[in-house]
Amino acid sequence: MSELSFDATQIPTINKMFRFQWEKAQDCYVLLYPEGMIQLNGPAGEIMALVDGERSVKQIIEELQAKFSDAGDISGDILAFIGEAHGQQWITL
Amino acid sequence: MASNGSPCSAHPQLPIAEYGIEKPHGRPLWLLAELTYKCPLQCPYCSNPLDFADFGSELTTQQWLDVFAQGRELGAVQLGFSGGEPLVRQDLIELIGGAHEMGYYTNLITSGVGLNERKMAEFHKAGLDHIQVSFQASDESVNNMLAGSKKAFAQKLKMAREVKAQGYPMVLNFVTHRHNIDRIDRIIELCVELEADYVELATCQYYGWAFENVEQLLPTRAQLERAEAVTNEYRGKLAAEGNPIKLIFVTPDYYEERPKGCMNGWGQVFLTVTPDGKALPCHSARMLPIEFPNVAETSLEEIWSKSPGFNYFRGDDWMKEPCRSCDEKDKDFGGCHCQAYMMTGDMHNADPVCGKSQHHGLIVDARDRAEQVINNSEDFLFRNERNSRIIAKG
Repeated sequence: MSELSFDATQIPTINKMFRFQWEKAQDCYVLLYPEGMIQLNGPAGEIMALVDGERSVKQIIEELQAKFSDAGDISGDILAFIGEAHGQQWITL
Repeated sequence: MASNGSPCSAHPQLPIAEYGIEKPHGRPLWLLAELTYKCPLQCPYCSNPLDFADFGSELTTQQWLDVFAQGRELGAVQLGFSGGEPLVRQDLIELIGGAHEMGYYTNLITSGVGLNERKMAEFHKAGLDHIQVSFQASDESVNNMLAGSKKAFAQKLKMAREVKAQGYPMVLNFVTHRHNIDRIDRIIELCVELEADYVELATCQYYGWAFENVEQLLPTRAQLERAEAVTNEYRGKLAAEGNPIKLIFVTPDYYEERPKGCMNGWGQVFLTVTPDGKALPCHSARMLPIEFPNVAETSLEEIWSKSPGFNYFRGDDWMKEPCRSCDEKDKDFGGCHCQAYMMTGDMHNADPVCGKSQHHGLIVDARDRAEQVINNSEDFLFRNERNSRIIAKG
């Protein structure tokens, strides 16, 4: 993605078309929608778990950065995923 | 999204998008509960068995809830309430509530006939996630002719509007065939007007009643190509307008040269339970000469993992030529065993849709006949109890 179409003060919300939940059997977070399922990998699941309609993108980055302090700067990855999730209509901004 | 577990669109294919990890396999992610064979409509392409009238008994509320709980333990996440018409079951709200508490994403697959605003609101409260409404056509008279009901169309429109008004995601399912496919532009416009989130333009597949009616259903190649082109035009136009509606076009395999990877593989992701409790790897499989277990007698775990029926077509030991040596066998698993059985009499044969099948001529003949047939709705064999009993007696 060349240019991000949102800024970090925006508050993402999960699109009401989707339901987000942990699936024990799959051992991952999933997004459920009519008759389908998107399985999220570890990092994607961690980010989506913080999308609650209250935290801003900036707050999500700060929390994850603190939680995974050994991982170096992960803000770029988080922004890229949020852009992707927005493009896929999993979230609204 | 692809075609779903609806009896109104024949063969479901579970859509699983992936984000970075491998797709799991071997778990019944999709549980389709065919609650009843009763239905107020008479669609001539219904995928219920021809002899459905012979299976009058239905699982109890408790038996269904027990099946749902076992399915959830096995990893099932999508639950479809289907039929027949699931609204006929008086305990539907209890079943929805129970399934929701277990953590299922719950889908009601309905004709909309028998639905009203109050029920819809109660279902929502009980935890119903999504309602799919099936239509027969965009046009009142064709719709009602196909449904065998004079009031169906107006009721469907009203219910589709109500589904959105109550905040549900909505899938509209149009089974297309030679009588309605030329109006696909109108069908799409109707779906846009009704604010559908997903639209399944599912070309009829030929199982159950649809197989009996294939001549009056199968579109010509020209009809199909035009419909696909029109759909693509609308996709472009709607996307340009910023409309998030998703149009899913399901082509009939009769115009393919390779079979579909039916059900994403036999006993891989999909489990159907019939009204009387028979567990099947797909909702057409009841026709096959295989003994399938019943959930009233056997646990779902044992059915899924150990029953001969669910293991029958797993792997490729069962394959004959041309499948056995085919380099695409891991992609299509030999295609659809029901289709092989219906058309060639041997379910171990390659799906005759495949150009490598020695029986492929049967498919070519059907295509050729589609060029000759004159549309005549009086030739339809409608799906109702009377016709079912006549057929069952043979």
